[in-house]
Amino acid sequence: MSNDSYVTEDGRTIGPTVMEMKNITLRFGGVKAITDISFDIREGEIRAIIGPNGAGKSSMLNVISGFYVPQEGEVWYKGAKRPPMKPYQVAEQGIARTFQNIALFEGMTVLDNVMTGRLRQMKANMFEQAIWKGKAEREEVENREKVERIIDFLEIQAIRKTPVGRLPYGLKKRVELARALAAEPSILLLDEPMAGMNVEEKEDMSRFILDMNDEFGTTIALIEHDMGVVMDLSDRVVVMDYGKKIGDGTPDEVRNNQDVIDAYLGVAHD
Amino acid sequence: MAQSSQATGGLASIPALLQRNAAQFADKDAYREKEFGIWQTWTWAMTEKEIEALALGLINLGVKEGDFVAIIGRNRPYFYWSMVAAQSVGAVPVPVYNDSAAEEMEYILGHCGAKYAIVEDQEQVDKIIEIQDKLHTFEHMVYIDPRGLRKYDHRQLHEFSHIQAQGRAAHDELIGELKERREKLDYDSTCVMLYTSGTTGKPKGVVLSNRNVIESAKNSSEFDSLTGDEEILSYLPMAWVGDFIFSVGQAYWCGFCVNCPESAETMMTDLREIGPTYYFAPPRIFETSLTNVMIRMEDSGDLKYALFHHFMDFAKTTGEKYGMPKRSLAKPDMKRRVKNAFRYAMGIGFAMETIVENGIRMAFTKLRYGSKAREHFKAKDPILLNLYRGNLRDYFKYRMGNVLVYGPLKDTLGFGRVRVGYTAGEAIGPEIFEFYRSLGINLKQLYGQTEATVFITAQPDGEVRADTVGVPSPDVEIKIADNGEIFYRSPGTFVEYYNNPESTASTKDAEGWVATGDAGFFEEKSGHLRIIDRAKDVGKMADGSMFAPKYVENKLKFYPDILEAVLFGNGKDRCVAFINIDLTAVGNWAERNNIAYASYQELAGHPKVLDSIQGHVEAVNRSVADDPMLAGCQIHRFLVLHKELDADDGEMTRTRKVRRVIVADKFKDLVDGLYDGSTSVSTNTEVTYEDGRKGSISATLELRDAKVAPMASKIAAE
Repeated sequence: MSNDSYVTEDGRTIGPTVMEMKNITLRFGGVKAITDISFDIREGEIRAIIGPNGAGKSSMLNVISGFYVPQEGEVWYKGAKRPPMKPYQVAEQGIARTFQNIALFEGMTVLDNVMTGRLRQMKANMFEQAIWKGKAEREEVENREKVERIIDFLEIQAIRKTPVGRLPYGLKKRVELARALAAEPSILLLDEPMAGMNVEEKEDMSRFILDMNDEFGTTIALIEHDMGVVMDLSDRVVVMDYGKKIGDGTPDEVRNNQDVIDAYLGVAHD
Repeated sequence: MAQSSQATGGLASIPALLQRNAAQFADKDAYREKEFGIWQTWTWAMTEKEIEALALGLINLGVKEGDFVAIIGRNRPYFYWSMVAAQSVGAVPVPVYNDSAAEEMEYILGHCGAKYAIVEDQEQVDKIIEIQDKLHTFEHMVYIDPRGLRKYDHRQLHEFSHIQAQGRAAHDELIGELKERREKLDYDSTCVMLYTSGTTGKPKGVVLSNRNVIESAKNSSEFDSLTGDEEILSYLPMAWVGDFIFSVGQAYWCGFCVNCPESAETMMTDLREIGPTYYFAPPRIFETSLTNVMIRMEDSGDLKYALFHHFMDFAKTTGEKYGMPKRSLAKPDMKRRVKNAFRYAMGIGFAMETIVENGIRMAFTKLRYGSKAREHFKAKDPILLNLYRGNLRDYFKYRMGNVLVYGPLKDTLGFGRVRVGYTAGEAIGPEIFEFYRSLGINLKQLYGQTEATVFITAQPDGEVRADTVGVPSPDVEIKIADNGEIFYRSPGTFVEYYNNPESTASTKDAEGWVATGDAGFFEEKSGHLRIIDRAKDVGKMADGSMFAPKYVENKLKFYPDILEAVLFGNGKDRCVAFINIDLTAVGNWAERNNIAYASYQELAGHPKVLDSIQGHVEAVNRSVADDPMLAGCQIHRFLVLHKELDADDGEMTRTRKVRRVIVADKFKDLVDGLYDGSTSVSTNTEVTYEDGRKGSISATLELRDAKVAPMASKIAAE
């Protein structure tokens, strides 16, 4: 846990720790998915979690987002220990996420999908919503304005009214990002944002991630397989293998870490 | 000649027109831009305030009279304001194509010695920073969208809104100077400098004076009786003279509203939302729209498909007579509304009957032929229409078609309110032209160039044909030289090519006659001008017959699956051609015929695609053979290129005209292959990506022979 801030080479300010995982262990019956992992996420940084298949990266992300409750260990968020929570409560705390397998409402338009990202901010009750007067109308206008800024930011104006089901994969990923961003999260969890994309789409996505971090100051934790992307984007990297943490540090440190090299090049495990 | 005429009512510059508009049309909409999903509006009064703040900010920044200010971005109100603000402080705006690569910008900014640039976003800022070291005179850059630019060095970089804020803060001390500078502008001071697209060689900076722009705008507005109620959508490149005349010249002269789309991709939706009354597009846009319509009709239901073709066939002969809008549709008064409603009502009854009768027949056809019904079904007119004869019958039928097909189609395309539409820049296919006109869209052709401030000839209402470009515009004199080259003289004739007296002298003579470089002639009967080709491109074949590549290429391009064609043969004994397929049209066709393909290259090389292209080439050959003068231009061999010709690779200009010489040089191996009779050639081509990186693609192309139709004269000889 550190309270000091520092400025990175490219001029971004990285603040104090905002989330800390302390000795997390997650078991599914007899299988240990995560074994005694600790790391922290600092405010304003891009934190990557990498590792070979089945290393427990997505499980880690699910622990952060409250989908799994670890058997051992503590999650500290904004200086307080977080009790076991339901995912929606975590979302209310300002943690938003995207999914590895896109989880959008296929039949709804892009705009409606992104608007669902703001449901937490809408307080009007069902009756008010139904007659769409007073509070409901006011809220809709306010939230639409915020959503439109995000649509503009992610350059998806042209598909605003297109049903999500008709969109290609790369754009769906972008819509999902838009929805997560619409919740104005303080931490954004991205589960393989670039999986299955071509080079051009990856470049676009990288730019959006950097711009998001720069423009809104969003703290980002991401899982990614593309090493080039991870090393370019992130400030610090956690490396996992078989549910254990085998490396943690700046991209350069991680790149030279012997355990990490072994894990990726495949040395026999005993 | 009108060269001596003085400015009407002291309106000698665009800033002066702005002052007038702000006073006269204060609360009328001047600019709209779709941003955040909503059309944001600025009235003329607001526009005047915005421009004033910006102009003061520019003075504050140090902009001097006579400085060049580069404007780089897509169509947005901010850039139109920037141009007028630059003019207000006595500087010269230089709009630059926003998709230019950094080197192209370097040439233009270096050539005019621009000291300032107003640019859109990070992309453009990065390009300028890349070339900044080589631009010795460059001082400051202003950007509009701050995204991603926060950490940049801001000593020479300023945000647009900050410049405006500084201008507002310094209002009291600088307003005197601004007024003084604004009043100094007269009819002969420079209004704008536009770079030609450079079909041959480096772009040249065309200097246009206020006289050029305002006189041209005035004459053309009167020619088409444009009013302040027009709506236009500005989506064509700002660096192109057409956009400057329509969105600045005519907009300020008439005081109509300029609408800017949200982004390049949303153009079609925005067009539909705005419903312009005055519309301008190069033929390519109309071609693309038509291709899309046809593709979507192929995918539509059988009854719709049959009705569409039935009514489109009918409109070909009657659209001119019954469909053309006669007055402005922008703000109809009560009487017009009633009249329109009446015209519409005339069609409703028959339209319903048509649907019912054809629907029943369709149902029986479907029972009999199942999924093949489309081939066996033809729509018919309703029985009750037989009560009428002759003109009345046609009238009712057109009204009915308007309810069922023309109206909805025009609305979908965003042309529902178009009263005057223009196409220019290249020849438009007669079928395409006819299609739009038969829908009741008053699409006309004009002929012009940057050096003439657009207008040389235009088609008056009611005298529109696909093969001519109309009569001389008001105040334009035209003469045809002995070699067929067209010369003109008009109030719009440009002042000079900037810093290039040799080119100026070779283009414009002492009496003000300008050589267009195009060959053409006046039709004796109608007095309309017909363009044959670029004078430079017209050549001779080895046997002495005329070689006019454009003529043949245009015939090829009228097929929806051919996007571009380049004909070679000057000085040779026979002609050969390169062909680019249209990915949308051919891709759709491939899907329908179960042809799988992974890339443009693969589709372009597919034998079935080659077969169908060969069919088109042979059809063109037959039609070329009909013209004894050009029968020598038939295509003996052709190939389908493995990549699209692209402006980033220098093969086309930014306005998408083929650079013949460069293409011939770059693909020399392919041209040689076509002439030496080989059946396949392997080639490796360098390509440039949008971000300036280079790569290469290699391909083996199949070269094909096309059947040549016998020439009439030769048969006689044999």
